[in-house]
Amino acid sequence: MTAVEKQSPIEARLAALDLPKGGAFGAAREAALARFTAMGLPGRRDEYWRWTDPASLNAPTPVVAKSFDSSDEAPVFNTIDRLKLVFVDGVFDAAASDAPELAGVEITRLAEAADIHWATGLYGSLEAAGQSPVARPFAALNTAAATDGVLIRVTGRAARPVSLIYVHKSEASDPILHHVVKLEPGAELTLLENGPAGARFNKVLEVDVAEGARFHHVRMQGRDHERRAITHIFARVGEGALFKSFTLTANGVLTRNEVVIDITGDDAMAHVAGAALGDGATGAFTHDDTVFVTHGAERGESRQVFKKVLKHGAVGTFQGKILVKPGAQKTDGYQISQSLLLDDDSQFLAKPELEIYADDVKCSHGSTTGAIDDTALFYLRSRGVPMDEAVALMVISFLADAIEEIEDETIKAEVLDRLEAWLARHRG
Amino acid sequence: MLEIKNLHVKLEEEDKVILKGVDLTVETGKVHAIMGPNGSGKSTLSYVLSGRDGYEVTEGSATLDGAELLEMEPEERASAGLFLAFQYPVEIPGVGNMTFLRTAVNAQRKARGEEELSAGEFLKVVRQKAATLKIDADMLKRPVNVGFSGGEKKRNEILQMAMLEPKMCILDETDSGLDVDAMRLVADGVNALRDAGRSFLVITHYQRLLDHIKPDVVHIMADGRIIKTGGPELALEVEKNGYAEILAEHGIEGVL
Repeated sequence: MTAVEKQSPIEARLAALDLPKGGAFGAAREAALARFTAMGLPGRRDEYWRWTDPASLNAPTPVVAKSFDSSDEAPVFNTIDRLKLVFVDGVFDAAASDAPELAGVEITRLAEAADIHWATGLYGSLEAAGQSPVARPFAALNTAAATDGVLIRVTGRAARPVSLIYVHKSEASDPILHHVVKLEPGAELTLLENGPAGARFNKVLEVDVAEGARFHHVRMQGRDHERRAITHIFARVGEGALFKSFTLTANGVLTRNEVVIDITGDDAMAHVAGAALGDGATGAFTHDDTVFVTHGAERGESRQVFKKVLKHGAVGTFQGKILVKPGAQKTDGYQISQSLLLDDDSQFLAKPELEIYADDVKCSHGSTTGAIDDTALFYLRSRGVPMDEAVALMVISFLADAIEEIEDETIKAEVLDRLEAWLARHRG
Repeated sequence: MLEIKNLHVKLEEEDKVILKGVDLTVETGKVHAIMGPNGSGKSTLSYVLSGRDGYEVTEGSATLDGAELLEMEPEERASAGLFLAFQYPVEIPGVGNMTFLRTAVNAQRKARGEEELSAGEFLKVVRQKAATLKIDADMLKRPVNVGFSGGEKKRNEILQMAMLEPKMCILDETDSGLDVDAMRLVADGVNALRDAGRSFLVITHYQRLLDHIKPDVVHIMADGRIIKTGGPELALEVEKNGYAEILAEHGIEGVL
C-alpha cells in the first residue's frame, strides 16, 4: 500500500504561491510567513469570521471571475487632476501609468525597491502590530506573498492626489498587492483607489501618518460583480495627525474590508467611513466591514461611520471596535453602523464593541437596521417624484453621513455621481 | 374642480371607519375651508386625496377636473395638479432643499410631457419665489427641512407649492405651531398664489387662519362627514360658540 501524502489546506494555499525572497523586505516577509503559518487559515469557527465564509479566500486558486467590460460604465475620478498608477491583474503597468513624479512625494514600485529602502523597517510592521488581539491571517499572507504594490513617502504637501487604478483582464487573476504610505511630519496626501483588481484580490495598505500630517483616502470598489476581495488598511496616527478613509462599495460576491487604526499620538484624529450597495438580483453580494480602532494617546477623536443598502438577498456585516487603552484620557470615540434594507430578503449583521480602560472618555456606538421611512417616501411622492426616484433620494439621504466624511468637494461629487448611476441601474 | 362624492374610508389595518360619506365640491378658483373637532376625519381626508398608504376606500370617488384621483399613485396625483401642504413637513437629511425642489418640478414636467427646466432657469425662478417668502439662500441649500423652525418648515411647504403651481392645494393645519407673524407670512404666501385657475382646501381647527386666508366657503366636518356648509360667517360662529351646538343639531355626541 502506498501512502499518499495529503497536503493540509494551508500547505495547499502556500504551494500555489511563488513567494518572493530576499531584497529590502526579505526579513519582513519571512516573519510574516511565520505569523501566517502560526495563525493558520481562518474558518467560520473564528470569532471574527462567523458571519463571512472565508472558504473562497482560503482556496489555493480563485474562482474564475468575468473580467469587467470597461465600456459598461463611465471612468471613475476622471474629473480629478491626479497622478495615475495602474495595476493590471496585480502587475504595475508603467506604460499605462503617469510618470511617478510629484513634488514632495517619492514613489517606488514594490517589485523594484532597492535592497536598502526607506520602507525596509516599515513594510509589514503595521500589519504585524495589527495582528493583536485579533488575528488577520490574510494580511500576514499578503506581507509574505505580495508581488507588487507601491511605496509612497510624502515629505510635503502633495499637489495632486495619487490614484491607484486596478484593471482586471485575466479571468483567473489572483493579485496580492501591498502598498506602504509614509507621511513625514506635516505632510499631506490624498490617495484614491478604484477599479476591479482581479478575480480574487488580497490587498494591504499600510499608512504611517507622522505628527501633524494629513492623509485622505477615498476608494471605490465596484463594477466587478464577481469580485472576491479581502483588503486591510493598517494605520498609525501620530500626534496632531489626521487619517481619513472613505470607501464606496458596490457589487461583489465577497468583499471584506478590514481597517485597523492605532492612534499613537495625542490630539490625533481618525475617521473611517464606508457606504456599501448590494443588489442580490445582479449576483450574490456579501460585504463585510471589520474595523478596529485603538486609542493609545490622549484627546484622540475617532469616528466609524458605516452604512449599507441591501436588497434581493444581499448580506452586510459590520464588526467594529473601539479600544481605549489605559491613560488615553479625553478620548472621543464614535461608531455608527446602519443598514437600509430595501426588501425582506436581505440581511444585516452587526457586532459593535467598546472596550475602555480609561475613566475620562466619551465613547458611543449605535447600530440600526430598517426600511425606508414610509412617511418620507410619501412626502417625496406627493411632490410628484416617482417611486424609483424617491427611493434613490432616500438612499442618498441614508448614506449622507458617510459621504460627508469626504472632505474634497470634487471627489465627493464623483462619489455621488457613481452612487446615483448605480441606483439608476438598480431600480425596483 | 375637485369633486368628492360619497367617500367612505376605513383604516387598512383595522376595522375602523373614518370617513362615512364625504360629499364636497371645490370649484376652480375658490377657497374652501374645512373645520371640525379632533378626530372628525379632516386630516384623513387630505391623506386619502393625496394617496397615502394605510387607508382603504370602500365607497365613493374623488375627481380632479374629471380625473379619478383615487386610482392614481401619489406622484400621478401631484402631476395631475394636486398638492398637499403637510401638517408636519418631513425632514430629509442629506438631500438639499434645492435638489429636492428641482427633482420634484422636473419630475412633474416630465410626467406631463413638458420640457424639464434647466439648472439656470430653475435657479432664477426659485430665488425669486423664495425671496417673497423670506426664504434665504442658506435655507435653500440646507437639507430638506432639517433644522428648520416650525415657521420655516411651513414656509418651505408654500415655496414648494409656488414652484409646483398645482391646480388644487390642500393645506393641512398649516397654522399649527405658528406664531402670529409666521402665520401671516405663510398666509401672504398662500394669498399670492390665489388665482382664478387654482383652488384651495384649507383644513384648520381655528378661525384665526381664516382671518388671513379668506375662504369663499366653510364646511364643518364631524364624525367622518361634512355636516354643515356655509359662508365665512360659519367660521366665526364656530369660533364664538364652539362645535357643541352644531354637533348636537346633527345628533353627534361624544366626539369632543
